[in-house]
Amino acid sequence: MTEFVKPSVEYFELWPLLAVFGVACLGVVVEAFLPRSIRYTAQVVLALGGLVLALVGVVLVAQRVQTYDDGAARGVLAVGGTIAVDGPSLFIWGLVLALAIAGVLLFAERHLDGGVSAFAGQAAAVPGTDAETASIAANREHTEVYPLMMFAVFGMMLFPAANDLLTMFVGLEVLSLPLYLLSGLARRRRLLSQEAALKYFLLGAFSSGFFLYGAALLYGFAGALDFASINEAVRNDVGSQSLLLIGTGLLSVGLLFKVGAVPFQAWTPDVYQGAPTPVTAFMAAGTKVAAFGAIMRLFYVALGADRWSWQPMLWIIAVLSMFVGAVLAITQTDIKRLLAYSSVAHTGFILTGVLGLQAADQLAVGEISSVQAVLFYLATYGFATIGAFAVVSLVRDGAGETTAIDRWAGLGKESPVVAAVFAFFLLAMAGIPLTSGFVGKLAVFSVALAAGAWPVVVAAVIASIIAAFLYVRVIKVMYFDKPIGDGPSVAYPSVLTATTIAVGAAITLVLGVLPGPVLDLAAVAGEFIR
Amino acid sequence: MNLLSHSVLAAGLPMAEEGAHAPVIAPDMGAGGVFDLLWLVIALPVLGAVLLLGVAPFLPSSLRAVADKHGHLLGTAMAALSFVLSLVLFLALVGRDAESRQVGQQLWTWFETGSLTVGMDLLYDQLAALFLLLITGVGTLIHVYAIGYMEHDPRRRRFFGYLNLFVAAMLTLILSANFVGLFLGWEGVGLASYLLIGFWQHKPSAAAAAKKAFVINRVGDIGLSLAIALMFATFGTADFGAVSELAGEASQGTLNALGLLLLLGACGKSAQVPLQAWLLDAMEGPTPVSALIHAATMVTAGVYLVVRSNFIFDLTPVAQTAVVVVATVTLLWGAILGCAKDDIKKALAGSTMSQIGYMMLAAGLGPVGYPFAIFHLLTHGFFKANMFLGAGSVMHGMNDDVDMRHYGALNKAMPVTFLTFAMGYLAIIGFPGFSGFWSKDRIIETALAENLIIGILALIGAGITGFYMTRLMLMTFFGEKRWEKDVHPHESPKVMTVPLIVLAALSVLGGLLLFNDWIVTWLEPVTGHVEHHEPPLPAIVITLIITAVVAIGVAAAWFLVGRRAVPREAPQDVSFATRAARADLYGDAINDAVVVRPGAALVGGLATFDRVGVDGVVEGGSSAVGGLSTTMRRVQNGFVRSYALSLLGGALLVVLALLAVNLG
Repeated sequence: MTEFVKPSVEYFELWPLLAVFGVACLGVVVEAFLPRSIRYTAQVVLALGGLVLALVGVVLVAQRVQTYDDGAARGVLAVGGTIAVDGPSLFIWGLVLALAIAGVLLFAERHLDGGVSAFAGQAAAVPGTDAETASIAANREHTEVYPLMMFAVFGMMLFPAANDLLTMFVGLEVLSLPLYLLSGLARRRRLLSQEAALKYFLLGAFSSGFFLYGAALLYGFAGALDFASINEAVRNDVGSQSLLLIGTGLLSVGLLFKVGAVPFQAWTPDVYQGAPTPVTAFMAAGTKVAAFGAIMRLFYVALGADRWSWQPMLWIIAVLSMFVGAVLAITQTDIKRLLAYSSVAHTGFILTGVLGLQAADQLAVGEISSVQAVLFYLATYGFATIGAFAVVSLVRDGAGETTAIDRWAGLGKESPVVAAVFAFFLLAMAGIPLTSGFVGKLAVFSVALAAGAWPVVVAAVIASIIAAFLYVRVIKVMYFDKPIGDGPSVAYPSVLTATTIAVGAAITLVLGVLPGPVLDLAAVAGEFIR
Repeated sequence: MNLLSHSVLAAGLPMAEEGAHAPVIAPDMGAGGVFDLLWLVIALPVLGAVLLLGVAPFLPSSLRAVADKHGHLLGTAMAALSFVLSLVLFLALVGRDAESRQVGQQLWTWFETGSLTVGMDLLYDQLAALFLLLITGVGTLIHVYAIGYMEHDPRRRRFFGYLNLFVAAMLTLILSANFVGLFLGWEGVGLASYLLIGFWQHKPSAAAAAKKAFVINRVGDIGLSLAIALMFATFGTADFGAVSELAGEASQGTLNALGLLLLLGACGKSAQVPLQAWLLDAMEGPTPVSALIHAATMVTAGVYLVVRSNFIFDLTPVAQTAVVVVATVTLLWGAILGCAKDDIKKALAGSTMSQIGYMMLAAGLGPVGYPFAIFHLLTHGFFKANMFLGAGSVMHGMNDDVDMRHYGALNKAMPVTFLTFAMGYLAIIGFPGFSGFWSKDRIIETALAENLIIGILALIGAGITGFYMTRLMLMTFFGEKRWEKDVHPHESPKVMTVPLIVLAALSVLGGLLLFNDWIVTWLEPVTGHVEHHEPPLPAIVITLIITAVVAIGVAAAWFLVGRRAVPREAPQDVSFATRAARADLYGDAINDAVVVRPGAALVGGLATFDRVGVDGVVEGGSSAVGGLSTTMRRVQNGFVRSYALSLLGGALLVVLALLAVNLG
């Protein structure tokens, strides 16, 4: 047993992480000591300030960070090698922070539902009781959602940057626990929301168990938890092969659960549907970005030398996810469930990019790498998703949001702008040229093809065409079908939601027309350090 | 079959032996002058579409009324301006040396990352120049015609917006200098076609037809997108220039795959067997749409794709053979459908399919055929647009009735329509001197020279063409009046007949393009030079034979249709062949059995599995109104448990798969 050495903390490089964590803790203090009347303002300002501060930190760190070790990749191993601040980490941090800022804006929206936010007035009040009625009458709302969200953002940043299995597990839990809670806080349809939260929690805990067991097995294999040592062990072929394989499998379960890959997707539609729409928007975008960062780091850094054993497994899961997601989305009647299944299909597409891993010496000079393709796809997916869910929160009737698709009939006439923006997001998800989705799909397909995974690419093209059908179906309902009854009405949002939607649409367009800069950024983000 | 592939191989081999590729595309990027305005050809109709569709709905109501009333003029003006510009560009191109008639324009770099660069680049060469004139020229005429045809439609402004959108997308398809840009245009015309087929959305049949066209075209798009992905993987680029340079270095298997995938894409867009089923239904769209999109331009995009990708097809005899087979089947298939249809537009649609089959056939024959494919494409654009618009004019006079059994003796009632239609008729059957005579003659001649069987089948197709077009002509314009009550046919207004007259003139004179072999020489820098095979008989004899076969077809129609009274109801006691042709040769039934039903079963099965097996609470949750306890009980009654079970099962699968792959 070596003596405990106090690790050094690289405060500068960890600044974005620490800023978010600090703001989260401050938010708890605010909740405890400030009067109710000013909590909303204080929390929103605090959260936005912290996120912007962290984002500035990401930019500064990205400019200063030096090449690491042998010079192939840039980055720093921080806190005794537990956190890797490298190109992919910084890219994902920036993306998560940008999505989180959009998320805060959606959380803070109060115009849509008569001056209160989308969150329950008093979560502890049992639905249908006097306590609930009283809380509604008093126009209460939970402002704890902001610190909760900050903790989740902290987890989303720690998760993909973790450089050993234990830190990764901590990141996973810190990201998940606040989201379980947030999912249960809907103001309308509370039973559905609480049910979703409970399911998410139980299944999430179950999958975390798999992750932890896998970590233990890998420790058994390599005798260490950090990725560099595991990589060494895999390379030198020491230890039991079965321990490695079973450990890899169980770790994959935990990670693939988070991104909603088939066969671990069962929770996705229920949770996406039940959670308050701002939470769904933030969770759908942010979790996927963070978890794919972690998936790439685990598979590329720790298990990269063993890729022949896990690539076939990812082939199958990618194909299954694309097809099950696309096909089941066709039969959905609820727009949030439809978007959930569509996100399952997107998981498959991103996995197509992930399995396009090639050894560095096999890549032609300047050839697009799988990390670059996946990072770019995540950026396109994140903004289109958060924008689409933001639009969903606008379409309402007397009982809250109208999520039944057939009730969206005639939206094109009722409010052409909202319908047009939503149609645009759907076309982007379908991968129509001149939207971000097209470039993203092209990138992941070409890296997979270059790595020889052509069966997956053929399946992916076919699946994307099935998926295109379902997006066009929604567009047809909005524009061609006759409204049922008086049709839905579109609530006028405040500047908060409007900004989110506008920025999401603008980014989706820009990434489709001029994707160069972001693709370059993803290329500069380069490779993982180990 | 053996004979066929052998012969086509022989056609392709001499080139491979000499090591000569299709010409490399290397456009002059700094041509300057009027060529700097190339982008404007696309931008004008885009502007029209944006103003009519994007801006007009948001105007204050008084201004919007103005836009609704006069919007069509703006749309027509944009198409016309685009045509004028195309003409100026064409003249400028003619003015350049024959060697430097490839002009490029770089608009912006769409994306660039490492070695992967895709530019928004335009390529204007001899091939694109001809297409530009066809699209904007015929497009403008059809815009003018539609002013009259859509006069009483409350959504006329929107209609013209869609038309402009279509023209812009089609021009993008033609002018792009790489396959990605072509794909953008390809999707764009598909979208415009979808919107326009379903334009009369109050008719369920129109909505169904639009959906069918969309779905079948997506199948074709699989081919095109995979081809592009394969190009990126093989060559690292999808630029016409770079691919045409590198194509020779790819393996034969890759080239075969590329050719077949591109053919799949072409089949979808150009309604070739087995993806032909959507075209007849697409006639649900307003007639100007049928004329522009489903006759003159969009459906010929597949032919353009094959000719443009000549640098790939020339190197892959396998794919060329496939093109020839598909084309021959389609040209007969479409002709047979044309014989049995009583709906005038569907009969014409069958004919379109068949004529595109001829173009495809020529394109499949390689460099000897490319110029004639394009030549027939142009003449067909004239005479088929002419006849569709003529059919629209007839429908206009007959209260939108499309059943030819309710027509008859319209030659007196609608003299201008009759005369112009007759010009188109003479052109399509190949009456000596008319445009179609020259173009079809050359295709059949070339086919005979390359492969006797294919040539004879194409010849038979020409005879059937003579039959069904004469039948259509006789049923519509001659014989006795079989009109419905309260129908008073009248000639259409000037705004509709003038485009007819112009198109009729083009149908007659289109053959001039072949004067002095002009079109062959003009296209040679694109299609490549190759020595023609000697046809089995002297050219003049072949021409006489073709004309005789057509005459037999015409005569057959005269004896079977012209000399008898046409029943007002389609007779039911007909031969099996007629029944099969009426049912589109069971194209839908085949699709249904092979694709639709298994697909639906798969979706249904998955959905059931999802609902019953895994996803227990699809709608249950939203209807839950009881207390939390109810929810809890349901949760404990197994739904989460079943989710968890599926998670456990998945985990087992993952681990077992890993172990099986690696330790097994």
